[in-house]
Amino acid sequence: MKIHIRYFASIREIVGQSEEMLDVPEGGSVAAVRAELLARYPGLQAIMARCISAVNRKYVDAETMLHDGDELVFIPPMGGGRQREEVR
Amino acid sequence: MEALIQLTREPLKRDELVAAVSHASVGGIVVFEGVVRDNARGKQVRYLEYDVYEEMAEQQIRTIVTEAQQRWGVERVAVAHRFGRLEIGEASVIIVVASPHRSEAFDACRYIIDTLKSTVPIWKKEVATNGEEWVEG
Repeated sequence: MKIHIRYFASIREIVGQSEEMLDVPEGGSVAAVRAELLARYPGLQAIMARCISAVNRKYVDAETMLHDGDELVFIPPMGGGRQREEVR
Repeated sequence: MEALIQLTREPLKRDELVAAVSHASVGGIVVFEGVVRDNARGKQVRYLEYDVYEEMAEQQIRTIVTEAQQRWGVERVAVAHRFGRLEIGEASVIIVVASPHRSEAFDACRYIIDTLKSTVPIWKKEVATNGEEWVEG
């Protein structure tokens, strides 16, 4: 099955493109795609450890099963404008 | 009214957002405007670059606004976020909440900006005099 992956922020810069289609075995999970991407783009190691995932524009956990045509995005932390008292 | 939500590369128009929430029943309008600062963590910032996962960001903002509307009973809300390159002093985000009384408007506005910053997929890159980096947590 084919999964549509979109890349944003530092991930987009490391991968060098803003999206791609990835062939994934039936029953593949978000975690499996994540492992595949880390093998393909070793530079993602540090940021991927801090990403959450979204499938079809909803936050999901890594065990979520993917389906043909799903849109998968790994979302780096949104650090912008964190309140000072929360930075510890 | 249905909340007004904008994601745009163009400069934000505060007056239009305020006009959109104005109504005869309104007794107070709270505006939060986030602007680009010339420094961050000791660095001299030249400009910011915002990236956005547009379709999801819009959905997430709508969810946050709906929560605020239900929690504080405020009906008239406008949220605009800019992306792309922003210069020092330019507005990156504007939240406008209008309600019959000020207290609910302040609380709802504060909730919307705080929640937006931590849960909506919008990222910024600081381009400083000594290099650039994505601000990611």
